[in-house]
Amino acid sequence: MTGALGALGSAVLAMLASIGRVVIFAANTVKHLALHPFYPREFFQALVQIGWLSLPVVGLTAFFTGGALALQIYAGGARFSAEAVVPSIVAIGMVRELGPVLGGLMVAARVASSIAAEIGTMKVTEQIDALVTLSTDPMKYLTLPRVLAATLSLPILVAVGDAIGIFGGFLVGVNRLDFNSAAYLKNTVDFLETADVVSGMVKGAVFGFIVALMGCYHGMNSGRGAQGVGRATKSAVVAASVLILASNYILTEVFFTS
Amino acid sequence: MIELRGLHKSFGQNNVLAGVDLSIERGKSMVIIGGSGTGKSVLLKSILGLITPDQGQILVDGQDVTQADRDAFLARFGMLFQGGALFDSLPVWQNIAFRLMRGSLKRPKDEARDIAIEKLRRVGLKSDVADRFPAELSGGMQKRVSLARAIAAEPEIIFFDEPTTGLDPIMSGVINDLIREIVVDMGATAMTITHDMTSVRTIADDIAMLHAGRIQWTGPVGDMDQSGDRYIDQFINGRAEGPIEAIR
Repeated sequence: MTGALGALGSAVLAMLASIGRVVIFAANTVKHLALHPFYPREFFQALVQIGWLSLPVVGLTAFFTGGALALQIYAGGARFSAEAVVPSIVAIGMVRELGPVLGGLMVAARVASSIAAEIGTMKVTEQIDALVTLSTDPMKYLTLPRVLAATLSLPILVAVGDAIGIFGGFLVGVNRLDFNSAAYLKNTVDFLETADVVSGMVKGAVFGFIVALMGCYHGMNSGRGAQGVGRATKSAVVAASVLILASNYILTEVFFTS
Repeated sequence: MIELRGLHKSFGQNNVLAGVDLSIERGKSMVIIGGSGTGKSVLLKSILGLITPDQGQILVDGQDVTQADRDAFLARFGMLFQGGALFDSLPVWQNIAFRLMRGSLKRPKDEARDIAIEKLRRVGLKSDVADRFPAELSGGMQKRVSLARAIAAEPEIIFFDEPTTGLDPIMSGVINDLIREIVVDMGATAMTITHDMTSVRTIADDIAMLHAGRIQWTGPVGDMDQSGDRYIDQFINGRAEGPIEAIR
């Protein structure tokens, strides 16, 4: 009994220590935003890698999700003769929830893993130490550009994903469910509010911060060898995904009550 | 001059450095020898501030490194890492000129490239290597590029971490000769860690042997063979029998 409680206590302490380390890492990252120097070349490279090159996967995910959502809402709405709500629910569902969450998860899979693997390999091969000896702070050179690029590009990715998702729903609505195309578009525009779009983009920014932060944190703390880098990559994706879903609930509560 | 006083460092229960005292004179080439896992790399990384010692003092020209301005301190150092540690994402010339393109030593891009190419020539590589990426180079070429990076900003102090590991004997000889030449030409203070005795005899003015977390013996390289120390005698002659346990 004492042994089990001891193990539980150790696990809780270890978890709290991990949370503390992540919070300190995040605070350090944000602090560097205000400190000289800034590396624009690394920032723009990260912007292309994280934002531009994630567009196909986010776009495809949103497109098929929008189409499937239209079919599901139509089937559900038909049970109480509410098929007409398809355009508005697709739009609101995509913009407020599915666009940011699925976009965030897809970027987590694509970006958190690649950042963790890249930085983890740099650590294992002493490239991080080399940066320090060359008077370059790894937090400034590696972490800040990636976290900033992800935080700024995810809202745009989410907005583009929202539009593609709504278009997916529109195609299914018009071609498969026999909606009038003008009426579908009018319904979409009439029911969608600015706050819906903004709340989804704010979620995108938070998810972007989480994704890059987890990639960098786990990469910087990678263990030795191929196994260490593999473990760091896995941890980055799992942590980013769980934190996206948890913070999504918290943000939804905030937007819902405000 | 670099001076280490009572340096201690433990990792958990493992006391890697247990009171290291050592002086390296300005312009001299000191080689630290010792078996694998005896803390040679920890010692070197402690001086550079990559590892924080638990106890003890590190003085460079009489100044405690923990109190020195970090940027100015690091600007005096060059380091050749064991595996090269070249940045995969940058072409060779940008690796060499890395320090010259950022921070206090920043130069115009063209000038930084010219210096990188000159350093490439200095280590025996042609300018056509400049635009290649590290992954496209052989192990020996990577080591030379790393050496070029270490000397690019004309440092006063250069550290070499296992400079010949993973190289064939001929390439090891080339690297050893290059290191000796560069150190003499630049008048730099050098600190090398290795267990390659050919490197020791080529590079060293003085040697120090690290064993059980302390300096077991130190002196001029010429005195090494007649040191009368059983530990160093076993090590330099590569004998399995002796005071150092073969399986640690």
